[in-house]
Amino acid sequence: MNEGEKDPGLYDFAPYRGRKPFAWPGDKKVAVWISPNLEFYEIDPPTNPHRKSWAMPHPDVVRQSHRDHANRVSHWRMAEVMSKHGFPGSVSLSVALCQHHPNVVEDANQRGWEFFSHGIYNTRYSYGMDEAQERAIIEDSIKTVREATGQTIRGWLAPALTHTPRTLDLIAEYGLDYTCDLYHDDQPQRVKTKTGDLISMPYSLEVNDHYGFFVYNMSPREYADTLIRQYERLAAEPSGTVMCIPLHSYLIGQPHRIGPFEDVLKHIAADAGDGGRAWITRSGDIADAWRAIHTKEA
Amino acid sequence: MSLDPEYLEYPKRGLGYDHDLFPYSVMEERKPLAWPEGKSVATWMVVSLEWFPITPESTPFKAPGHMQTAYPDYRHYTAREYGTRVGFYRLLDAFAKADVKVSVAANAAIAQRYPSVIRDIVDAGHEIIAHSSDMNGTIASTLPVEDERKLITESVAILSDVAGVKPRGWHSIARQQSFATMDLLKDAGIEYCCDWVNDELPYAFNNGVVNIPLNHELSDRQIINVQQQSADSYAQQMLDAHDWLSAEAEVHGGRMLPMHLTPYIIGLPYRMDAFEKLLGDLKAREGTWFARGCDILDQFRSQM
Repeated sequence: MNEGEKDPGLYDFAPYRGRKPFAWPGDKKVAVWISPNLEFYEIDPPTNPHRKSWAMPHPDVVRQSHRDHANRVSHWRMAEVMSKHGFPGSVSLSVALCQHHPNVVEDANQRGWEFFSHGIYNTRYSYGMDEAQERAIIEDSIKTVREATGQTIRGWLAPALTHTPRTLDLIAEYGLDYTCDLYHDDQPQRVKTKTGDLISMPYSLEVNDHYGFFVYNMSPREYADTLIRQYERLAAEPSGTVMCIPLHSYLIGQPHRIGPFEDVLKHIAADAGDGGRAWITRSGDIADAWRAIHTKEA
Repeated sequence: MSLDPEYLEYPKRGLGYDHDLFPYSVMEERKPLAWPEGKSVATWMVVSLEWFPITPESTPFKAPGHMQTAYPDYRHYTAREYGTRVGFYRLLDAFAKADVKVSVAANAAIAQRYPSVIRDIVDAGHEIIAHSSDMNGTIASTLPVEDERKLITESVAILSDVAGVKPRGWHSIARQQSFATMDLLKDAGIEYCCDWVNDELPYAFNNGVVNIPLNHELSDRQIINVQQQSADSYAQQMLDAHDWLSAEAEVHGGRMLPMHLTPYIIGLPYRMDAFEKLLGDLKAREGTWFARGCDILDQFRSQM
């Protein structure tokens, strides 16, 4: 990025109007991917001078144990519903989960889910890191996920969305080919980096379950309705769009929410067969398909 | 700019948790629990009965629901008192009508100030859970341990004295504990707490004290007060949860639906009809086992 400048220089401006429409594999209109955040939150993490981990003195019982619900209860509840309706996950992973709860990572890997890095822990932030420190967490992420799953990570979602001016250049240098940290478009876009070939993968804050329930204060049924409206709109546009559903099982996997959410998956899955509009897929597959279409043009 | 090298060291990065409070365990891998009479969903209501001094304290932290305006905050002081005088009696009548026994998490100050309320609870067969001194009695790691010990033992003693029976359960204000709390509860003879929300069934801490998870997301405070949803939506959400858990119980064994209630929230006139209808709808579902915390604890202990 252009550090210190008013425009960070991440990408070129490209208005939605006038873009050449394209179809996803199978002649689909919208690529739908689900991104479960599989995370580990430390109960007593060290302090980052730029951001507190917990609002309360440690242990912050409600906030920390709420998130631990994922690894004891709700991961499986969420994952079963996804598998039942044919949705793989593209996992935003706190890579230390591979050491703390390898059973959770193994379950996701067995289901054919893709992994990308969400940092070491969601309680360790990148703010204030020097280049060597940031390289260390990228190298740790690549190595840890490879050893635990056999997969080589291709994507990045900064831990707790904490970045440095170097993050995108560094992940591109290490060969990662998509970032989930930029929210400027409903289609993948090229990102300007010093080296490498990085694209922005449409993730979403707006329909993230955390935003739905704690920013917009939606009921479970209102959130489900929101996802269906988001889907219907993106599927109706001709351009070749991406819909991401970012999830945290400790939120969507609560007993009052999972039923309405299952209705959303049924709705989208019903539009995924022959002649349907949904390409239900993973983030890496979207990156590959987008590159296959757009490399020819460029 | 760089961070202290320690920030990139992970001494506790290994199998299991980064603490020794309780072991890691996956709910669906445990031996299934069976509730009495083949019931599927233990439906556990916990009413918080609280007294907010009009002189709020912020150490270690200010309790949710506490005074908000400059002193004297008549509006919040009296609106909370409304819950105890009026809303709580509406709830007691609703429980009696539906023949439901519940747990009441009471501040010791309620026993000292309004002992007749405690007698009404006990006489109706409800359980008393100890819930600190009053709403200035918050706990966190910044509270000296000896102060915390005194807070716990005195609260338990006062409630025991007035109720005529010792509380077996503890509920911290805002569920917030220190790293010492579970051991202090054990020393005070407490058998279970309902503060940690990481599970949906009871589990034991390493010191033997059981945690019965009282889901904060399913509370009237969270849904109605924080998320600003209607009482009808709240009731719908409880029924959606109950239906999902009933279906899971067929495969995985007994499930639990914790319902945390606040008299000054759910006990308002315009919300009570929705709540009474919810009680009726829950009662009409075959799998419902209305249980108190102590009943759930006894089942857990006898089966695990």
